[in-house]
Amino acid sequence: MKITVCIKQVPGTSEVEVDEKTGVLKRDGIDSKMNPYDLFALESAIRIKQQFATEVTAITMGPPQAEEIIREAYMMGADDGVILSDRRFAGSDVLATAYTLSQGIARDGIPDLIICGKQTTDGDTAQVGPEIAEFLNIPHVADVRKIIDLTSEHIKVEMDMPQTVEVVEVKLPALITVAKDINEPRLPSFKLKLASAGRPVKRLSLDDFSDQDEMNYGLNGSPTQVIKIFPPPANDDHEIWEGSTTELAGRLFEQLSEKKFLQR
Amino acid sequence: MAKIIINHDKVKDPQKIVELCPFGAIDYINGYLSINSACKMCRLCLKKDTDGVFKYVESQRPQVDKSLWNGIAVYVDHLEGDIYPVTFELIGKAEELAAKTGQPVYCLMMGHNIADSAAELMHYGVDEVFIYDYKELEHFRIEPYTAVFEDFIKQVKPSSILVGGTTIGRSLAPRIAARFRTGLTADCTVLDIQPDTNLDQIRPAFGGNIMAHINTPDHRPQFATVRYKIFNAPEKKGTSSGNLRRCTIDAAKLKSNIKVLEINAKELETGIEDAEVIIVAGRGVKKAEDMEMIMELAKLLNAQVAGTRSLIETGWLDPKRQIGLSGRTVKPQLIITCGVSGAIQFVAGMNGSEHIVAINTDKQAPIFQNAHVGIVGDIYEIIPALIKNIKSGMEVKS
Ligand SMILES: Cc1cc2nc3c(=O)[nH]c(=O)nc-3n(C[C@H](O)[C@H](O)[C@H](O)COP(=O)(O)OP(=O)(O)OC[C@H]3O[C@@H](n4cnc5c(N)ncnc54)[C@H](O)[C@@H]3O)c2cc1C
Ligand SMILES: Nc1ncnc2c1ncn2[C@@H]1O[C@H](COP(=O)(O)O)[C@@H](O)[C@H]1O
Repeated sequence: MKITVCIKQVPGTSEVEVDEKTGVLKRDGIDSKMNPYDLFALESAIRIKQQFATEVTAITMGPPQAEEIIREAYMMGADDGVILSDRRFAGSDVLATAYTLSQGIARDGIPDLIICGKQTTDGDTAQVGPEIAEFLNIPHVADVRKIIDLTSEHIKVEMDMPQTVEVVEVKLPALITVAKDINEPRLPSFKLKLASAGRPVKRLSLDDFSDQDEMNYGLNGSPTQVIKIFPPPANDDHEIWEGSTTELAGRLFEQLSEKKFLQR
Repeated sequence: MAKIIINHDKVKDPQKIVELCPFGAIDYINGYLSINSACKMCRLCLKKDTDGVFKYVESQRPQVDKSLWNGIAVYVDHLEGDIYPVTFELIGKAEELAAKTGQPVYCLMMGHNIADSAAELMHYGVDEVFIYDYKELEHFRIEPYTAVFEDFIKQVKPSSILVGGTTIGRSLAPRIAARFRTGLTADCTVLDIQPDTNLDQIRPAFGGNIMAHINTPDHRPQFATVRYKIFNAPEKKGTSSGNLRRCTIDAAKLKSNIKVLEINAKELETGIEDAEVIIVAGRGVKKAEDMEMIMELAKLLNAQVAGTRSLIETGWLDPKRQIGLSGRTVKPQLIITCGVSGAIQFVAGMNGSEHIVAINTDKQAPIFQNAHVGIVGDIYEIIPALIKNIKSGMEVKS
């Protein structure tokens, strides 16, 4: 069985601010890490590997330094790693990202199972997974909270819905996105670190894809455009209270009574 | 479409140039500057660069005849005919946008035995409801649902499509957007429309305290997902209006490789989404024991307790009680935040609340920009004092 896991490198911190006057981002020294949701995806694949003869490939689209997270995936137990890196992928929105990943994933044939994290902490759209499935023309199940069973033909999973949990059986090949309660991701292992130290990470660019039309990648292949970015608007109907604890608690008590929040 | 090019002659200090990009998208390798795939086309480099190193060039854009695409469609999300409230909120927004551009408002509903529920939509002022009623659509399965959506779009050609950010919506919308090779903006918090029918989509983005304004200028339809409780539902009218149109689709298109084996009801707990009063604990709460005072205050105010992501990560509250971009959106009548800084990802999930009270020791905390009442003070002093006041107030009454 072949499983591909999509992982992404994201900024290590969420402390980003935008300067009100210039509209410029303030962020010094970016450290990066693996998207935390993707750890659950990797863990799911590694657990399958412990039961089945499985080859787990980790794939990412990103700059060359994204090799770090592929190495991390090796340390968790992934067998193979691929980075899709090309200047022509710059400015990709969800559609272009998913398309690029689908090209990279399907290069050596569609794997039996593709596992994505539910969402990223930077893009935070939860859309890339389903779009990859569409480009590969395979079924997908989002928000999987448990893998119940897997055979060479099917995967049986629990899908998390707002009011229900559905058990569905999906014919392979298929794509799933996993919710974060699905498992407890293991820590990278030192033994695997040593074992995988010399293992190469495959670098692919647009020239390696079956579709080489530049118009389908990067900014050209992105229907959405960021018109501008700006700081969130402030609520102008606000007052600030300062004073002693007794004063403040007293004032708040009065306001809550006035607004009838204490009468229920 | 466009790209950013680097004018290598104008580069004075390559390292400085590299640092212009907060996303690490500028590489300096072997004495050569280049832009890598981390580029988000935010164009901050153009803004920050004073030497004219970067240039933004427009290239050929795909052409779309916008006059062929008309109307704003809302996907009707439901469980066995029980329509989710987010659908009505989207109808309200669709009508507002449609009024500006003179477009019709459509609803698309698919499922099995749904005609009665679909009729309810006719009380909300929509122009036309399209229903696909098939046994194969009884349960949500991605392939037939996408096929029906595709059929609807090809027939009706709506210019914009709004989908609720529910489990189904977040699975279906990207799938159908990819099928039409068009744009989808997730979790919009503001929507507006241009006279040329371009949808102005605004959402918190880049994982930081920023809002991004996004357009889909050269593709139709344009897709947006919106979460529950971001917009307001219109009043239900006594009379019904509009057309109900039953649609047919070739049964071959309803095939699926997914079998739904079981549907189990989840234990329904009282959530924070429908609460009228919410007390939020943030990282200002230092120890697990201290949650008790939050709980006590909540009890006195008949409130639900919620948390910021940082607090949820400590494990003191159930993740279902997280408010924010990656948690729930709430819109209570009263919300009191206790030791919460007010990061945009949090605020995005609660700034629709009617009355916001924030207690924080730091006068500069961003939450004070969003609170109606900002109390500069220590939760360890204010909350016990408030609890005492409420308790003695009760004694006086009884
Ligand atoms: C993609 C993405 C999605 C995210 N989604 C969410 C989300 O859905 N929800 C969410 O909440 N966050 C989310 N975050 C995280 C968010 O950016 C913030 O880190 C988080 O909201 C901060 O939580 P906090 O206010 O509790 O903690 P902090 O930022 O640590 O703030 C604690 C505050 O408490 C105050 N304080 C300390 N002691 C006291 C005291 N004794 N009395 C009074 N005040 C005190 C401090 O002055 C400070 O302002 C997300 C981040 C990213 C990148
Ligand atoms: N650049 C990328 N490279 C690899 N996988 C990605 C990338 N972007 C998104 N994904 C996958 O898609 C999931 C959802 O991402 P998003 O739609 O950005 O929230 C992630 O958890 C990853 O599994």
